[in-house]
Amino acid sequence: MIDLPWDFTAIPRFFPGFYAAALLTLQITFFGIIVGVVLGLVTGLMRLSKNPLINTPARAYIWIIRGTPLLLQLMIIYYGLIDLVSIERMPAAIIGLGVHNGAYIAEIFRGAIQSVDRGQREAALSLGMTHTQAMRRIILPQAFKRSVPPLGNQFIIALKDSSLASAIAVRELLLRARQMGSSTLMMLEMLMIVGVYYLMMTSILNLLMGRIEKRLEVSDYQD
Amino acid sequence: MIKIRGLNKWFGKLHVLKDIDMDVVQKEVVVVIGASGSGKSTLLRCVNFLEFAHSGNIYIDGVEANAKSKNLHQVRADVGMVFQHFNLFPHRTVMGNVTEGLTQVKQVSQKEALEQGEDLLEKVGLSDKSDVYPAMLSGGQKQRVAIARALAMNPKIMLFDEPTSALDPELVGEVLQVMKNLANEGMTMIVVSHEMGFAREVGDRVVYMDEGRIVEEGHPDQIYSNPQNERTKAFLGQIL
Repeated sequence: MIDLPWDFTAIPRFFPGFYAAALLTLQITFFGIIVGVVLGLVTGLMRLSKNPLINTPARAYIWIIRGTPLLLQLMIIYYGLIDLVSIERMPAAIIGLGVHNGAYIAEIFRGAIQSVDRGQREAALSLGMTHTQAMRRIILPQAFKRSVPPLGNQFIIALKDSSLASAIAVRELLLRARQMGSSTLMMLEMLMIVGVYYLMMTSILNLLMGRIEKRLEVSDYQD
Repeated sequence: MIKIRGLNKWFGKLHVLKDIDMDVVQKEVVVVIGASGSGKSTLLRCVNFLEFAHSGNIYIDGVEANAKSKNLHQVRADVGMVFQHFNLFPHRTVMGNVTEGLTQVKQVSQKEALEQGEDLLEKVGLSDKSDVYPAMLSGGQKQRVAIARALAMNPKIMLFDEPTSALDPELVGEVLQVMKNLANEGMTMIVVSHEMGFAREVGDRVVYMDEGRIVEEGHPDQIYSNPQNERTKAFLGQIL
């Protein structure tokens, strides 16, 4: 028998000790996604406006956020703005993840709205609906449905990206693993535990999104 | 009912409508024919303000409307439109499609909208489909729902933009029948269509358009049997 330098029996032993950290990861992701969806919807609609006063800020936001790393954005919010406002690490992580995802989700919504056939809007307008009614009653419900698969994808990315909050001292899964690794001298084992947590959470999220997609399929037999 | 004067429209450099003058009186059924690209669909879309003319005037029931009108949505509510590709709302049932305008635009109560919806679906022969989603319908059924949806607004005039062009041949008849019934009830209609049988049976006037102009117009019998203009003759020779 080859003597491996690792003790994999440590994995089940230490596994429950990561529960609190996993909860933090879930919290950052959950609230980050909520912020992201709200920002994304607003920005996506602004981006579609023909008025440059409205679409320019949206374009700028998407351009800057998508063009710079999330890690940098988190550091700016937590360390960089410290002279201006002192934000606690958890809110900083949630805001950072939310603002970052907002830019991507805006593009998802924009694409979904644009993919709804032009005739849908025309049919709504020809019935005498206002532009707002046509958007709210006819276009957005169809666009939301189409944005479910890419949104699911984005949520999974957000969940994994929440690990970057470790860089601003949020004791979520990854930071917890590094701390435990140092104190137990079982770095690989601890990192693997965290890997299992992430895999479990992304799998559940995947399943959930699949369910939602299925549910929405009812009227989805387009001609 | 509809008065159009000096209508011009460009798509970029393409001059698609050239000095169109047209009048449609109440209860009149006008059939517009012409090759693709002749501007006939664009003309129809201008009357419903889905496109805006660059110059000229459109009067609906004596009131002028244009791109700057604040009440365009109210004007559109009075002008029913049926599209070539139906444009039914896929996320609403048949009944949902028909009642959408009633509840949202006319602010009719849900209960009353459903009653009117049932009457309208009966009128187009689709009472049994009220809870079905559009995706489950045949093309002919879809178009009949689209007609019922437009009729729900109780429009002063109905516009049909090639209503049977996207249909399999065996489904054309059922849609035309609904349209004929409508014409016989006295609905004012502008129909872009090459269905000669329909034009001859219920049409009061046929308008032939070519390259953005109205080239010839007259009673269907006259246009189809004895066209005066060379281009009309050539066009009819191709489609008949």
